[in-house]
Amino acid sequence: MQSETKARVDQLTSPAGHPVAVLRFEGDIASTSKEAVLGTYQALPKETTRLVLLDFSKVDYINSSGIALVIQMMIEASNSAQKIYAFGLSPHFTKVFTMVGITKYAGLFPTQAEAMAAL
Amino acid sequence: MSELKSVSVAKATRVEVRLPSRMGFEKVAMSTAAAVAKLMGFREDRVEDLKTAVAEACINAIEHGNRLNEKLSVGVVMSVDADTLEVKVIDDGKGMSKQPARPDIDRKMLGEEDPRGMGMFLIQALVDEAEWVAGSEGKSSYVRLVIRLDKDAE
Repeated sequence: MQSETKARVDQLTSPAGHPVAVLRFEGDIASTSKEAVLGTYQALPKETTRLVLLDFSKVDYINSSGIALVIQMMIEASNSAQKIYAFGLSPHFTKVFTMVGITKYAGLFPTQAEAMAAL
Repeated sequence: MSELKSVSVAKATRVEVRLPSRMGFEKVAMSTAAAVAKLMGFREDRVEDLKTAVAEACINAIEHGNRLNEKLSVGVVMSVDADTLEVKVIDDGKGMSKQPARPDIDRKMLGEEDPRGMGMFLIQALVDEAEWVAGSEGKSSYVRLVIRLDKDAE
């Protein structure tokens, strides 16, 4: 019933010259998305990944269990001296992420171009 | 499968959906509530608020109320009047007696608070009224959500 979460990784370079791992998600982000969200993040090489950008532009549904997975990723990133950013959230989920405090630890941007320009 | 008993919007109309206690079926209630709210004339941002609140209420009912027991179902009753939409999400659990706490992201980041457990907070924050009622003898506990049309803004 829950649509499968797909995830893929693109390795980009920001205009400032920093390598950025872009995690692109598609489908629902819910309790069933652990492997797609945390598994994909944990497969990134820790020693070379400093900036992680989450692409939610093809995600329609995120519930509180899905938000918890994003927070777990933020905790792991914080412990590995990595920074998490995100773009492509709808106005509603931008509001929800702000309400639960995610914006205190992860920068949210409307588009990939705006995110990359800031990194 | 879910069963849609009635879909029509008029004064004092009720729409009822019965969901299996299986994760993912909250989306059926979410879509139905969104359709009713749109028919009533709610703005898109309020419809999105309602969708998340209804989804979280159903997830709590499926996971914590009915403990994923597929022999039990979750009732979702939407009552419509001129400017108010009330949604009751009913399960066979003991119900909630405490008010939801605001999530503390700093404590979560330090591992002092579970990263999960934001559903009730989101419900309360996104609708005009939220009330948790424990059923008698551990049956028919429900959460009642209300959103109101803001006639000036809608």
